[in-house]
Amino acid sequence: MSASPASLQIVIVGAGPAGVRAAQTLAEAGLRPIVIDENRRAGGQIYRQPPPGFVRSKKELYGFEAAKAEALHDSFEQLRAKIDYRPDTLVWNCTPGQLDLLHAQRHAEQPYTHLILCTGALDRVMPFPGWTLPGVYTLGAAQVALKAQGCVLDGRVVVAGSGPLLYLLAYQYAKAGADVVAVLDTARFGGKLRALPALLRQPATFAKGLYFMSWLRAKGVPLFDGVDDIAADGKQTIQSLRWTRGGKTTEIACDALATGFGLRSETQLAELAGCRFVFNELNQQWLPQCDDVGRSSVPGVYLAGDGSGIAGADAAELSGRAAALALLQDLNLPANAAAKAASAEESRRLAQTLRSNLQFRQGLETAFPTAVHWARDCADDLVICRCEEITAGQLRRSVQQEGTVEINRLKALTRVGMGRCQGRICGAAAAEILAHAAGVSVAEAGRLRVQAPVKPIPVGAALAEEEQA
Amino acid sequence: MSRPTDKVIDTDVAIIGGGLMGTSAALELRRQQRSVVVLEQGWCGAQASGVNYGGVRRQGRAACQLPLSQRAHAIWRRLGQTIGSDGEYIASGHLKLARSDADMQELIAYRDMATAYGLELELLEPDALRRRYPWIGDKAHGASLCAEDGHANPRLIAAAFARAAEQAGARLLQQSAVEDFRFDGNYFLLQNSRGVRVRSRFLLNCSGAWGKEIAQRFGDTVSEQAIYPNMCVTEPLPPLMSLSLGVVGGAFYARQVERGNVVLGGGRGDGNLALDATRPRTSSSFKALAALTEMVPALRNALVIRTWSGVEGETPDHQPVIGPSAATPGLLHAFGFSGAGFQLAPAVGEVLAELVTKGESSTPIEAFSVKRFAVQQPSKQESKV
Amino acid sequence: MSLLKRVAEQERKSVSFRLDGKALTARAGDSVLTAVLTQAGQLRRTEFSGAPRAGFCLIGCCQDCWMRCEDGQAVRACTTEIAEGMRLLSGVAPIAGEAE
Repeated sequence: MSASPASLQIVIVGAGPAGVRAAQTLAEAGLRPIVIDENRRAGGQIYRQPPPGFVRSKKELYGFEAAKAEALHDSFEQLRAKIDYRPDTLVWNCTPGQLDLLHAQRHAEQPYTHLILCTGALDRVMPFPGWTLPGVYTLGAAQVALKAQGCVLDGRVVVAGSGPLLYLLAYQYAKAGADVVAVLDTARFGGKLRALPALLRQPATFAKGLYFMSWLRAKGVPLFDGVDDIAADGKQTIQSLRWTRGGKTTEIACDALATGFGLRSETQLAELAGCRFVFNELNQQWLPQCDDVGRSSVPGVYLAGDGSGIAGADAAELSGRAAALALLQDLNLPANAAAKAASAEESRRLAQTLRSNLQFRQGLETAFPTAVHWARDCADDLVICRCEEITAGQLRRSVQQEGTVEINRLKALTRVGMGRCQGRICGAAAAEILAHAAGVSVAEAGRLRVQAPVKPIPVGAALAEEEQA
Repeated sequence: MSRPTDKVIDTDVAIIGGGLMGTSAALELRRQQRSVVVLEQGWCGAQASGVNYGGVRRQGRAACQLPLSQRAHAIWRRLGQTIGSDGEYIASGHLKLARSDADMQELIAYRDMATAYGLELELLEPDALRRRYPWIGDKAHGASLCAEDGHANPRLIAAAFARAAEQAGARLLQQSAVEDFRFDGNYFLLQNSRGVRVRSRFLLNCSGAWGKEIAQRFGDTVSEQAIYPNMCVTEPLPPLMSLSLGVVGGAFYARQVERGNVVLGGGRGDGNLALDATRPRTSSSFKALAALTEMVPALRNALVIRTWSGVEGETPDHQPVIGPSAATPGLLHAFGFSGAGFQLAPAVGEVLAELVTKGESSTPIEAFSVKRFAVQQPSKQESKV
Repeated sequence: MSLLKRVAEQERKSVSFRLDGKALTARAGDSVLTAVLTQAGQLRRTEFSGAPRAGFCLIGCCQDCWMRCEDGQAVRACTTEIAEGMRLLSGVAPIAGEAE
């Protein structure tokens, strides 16, 4: 497909590592993409910037990643004059050729000819008793509080779950002056050993993980691995946490808990854009299908970064560039043969790097598996859907009494996933419970359908619109 | 085309379409000791039956629908006994608002007409309206109240009818479309995409937006198009709207469910019947929200959390097709409800069962005859909200 | 009672606001969530069980931190900056506006 620059309307959704590099690549080619981001400042989550006026240095904010963060932020600053940048703007719907936006409580339409979706990710969580208590947050939340607001969770903090972020967060918190009283890793040492060859494909990452663990031990922060069956107790907020390990149960008093198992891609806009989805066994999630460089199943729609599959910040930058290059190649703009060949060669190299990164990701999943049995084996009274307060028992009864075997049917009959978050938080656990109760695989349980708006929008935005009409 | 299995299921009645019309007919036929097989391409009740607004309303229907609607009303009142669950049905009352004096005149005329059908409506002048329902803003010029109309949860009702039919001995073949349709002069022979074959004396065409397709295979002329009603829902809110709300002209219809969400319909979404794909339309949602908040100002601060659409079959005169085929004996139609089928469904099931067992129904259904399409295109009548 | 503790960025302009009618101060650049949870233990109650909630993901995904202002407006606490004069409610609030 060939199009003149005048008729192009390229929109990039997300100004994290992937979106920034995609924008940079297009700007270098003389195009002026629209870059829409929900946050006030560019950087996504890992390189999230605090509000203007905050004073900590990049080193204080990002530690080992300071240089990368700085490079990304600087690149974006240089880009700003060359792009149409829309911060503080939510893309809440995608129909063919058009996006619905919300900015400052007002609705706007944004036509597009091409889309690069760089929608990122959020923590993957599994429910456990007491997980809805005030004081319980995701690992990412705990990190954002520190990075973007200069706060830590107050009082005695427990960090529980699995994944590289577990130790990074505990380290950052202890360094910042939080009272980290325990780090609970559900993964076993054996799993990490098995994953070693894959993990060593990114030795720097691996080494950092070891560094954080040794640093924490040296500071006297108790680290436990092979932890299971955590349960939080408390009246109005969390007051204590129980867990089992090697058949023994331990309980400690605490005031806060940060929990998570790696990340889960945000794919709602890809779905609304009509992308085909495939169940990804590695991520245990339905992901939009795309080729090695980010072409989705829909012509004109490209995907990059963690929003199309968790691959980390470095891969996000590369995939952002790869997707933009693919878009440029598909546009078939006039260029000399040498330039085209160079572009094609770079795409090949990027694709190769991204593929090999996948093997590292494989290692991570082996080293840090998600404790899905927390959902599958939980008590009936455990709240699975936070928004609607739907319990595991309600889900299981629907399977047993109504023969439910598919997740959208389960949603229609039990209301799971029908709340404000549209299943972002509960979807994974609900699928596990459904699969377990119905005797099907998680893939067979189906994919929770997304409906616009992907996040709640105020009625007022509709009224302001109609008043203008 | 799938390969046929050797087995043929012999049954008195085969029903194409496992939505409310099909499953309520199946339930009633089982009560009359007829054997029934329901063939459904997806899950029972997942189409219009399960995603519609949920209005259980007589007020506003054309005169020709009122006898059927009154019959249905009596069944709704004892729904728990019929299907073993109430599907969150509540006789909250239905308030149809006037936004002008002309609207009010229309409501008065309708009230006068409806009395003859046993439908008692109370007209409220603006002052009385606001005294009784202070949450209705001062843009309303009055309203007509039907105290016993109400609403229910369509997802639960559709599923409950299917379950009740199955428990009564109806056989539900889901997740499989009918691919082959034959009539040999005495029996219907159907085959679905899994190769299952069903032979029956009677065939009920309850296939909603797909009704025309089936009807035409058996020689009936039908005018039906797929429409995609646009729906929105808010976050759960503190109790505000004590009854189901409509407005003359149909710009919006809204109800607040017990959990607090306000369900709102109005305007059209988009879709593709062949792909069974639907999607809501932002402009329709916004127009409906504007119309709603003009009447209920307190909802201005609510959040919209979801929008959707569904597939519905609409005829030119907005009346359903109910009754015997004009071309094929033993074929009965019940489709094309044009967005107003939910409340009628329990009675439609009984009527279909009567047509099977007795050859006629005690409820007048001539206005819904399939023959009307072959003659001429009737002009569109003002029939619903 | 507080769920968040300030450890950095302490030198910022003061912002006055109200929480459940009580006059409080926060710092410019605080999200509503930070402004509240540095001095309180909840943001809202669920509509169904009335259980207290105090947010969860802090990045605008979980939708568990929606608060209401006294005038009925909804604010997502983690993605909304605290503003001078905001009048927040951390229980179930009426949705009717003040000047109807």
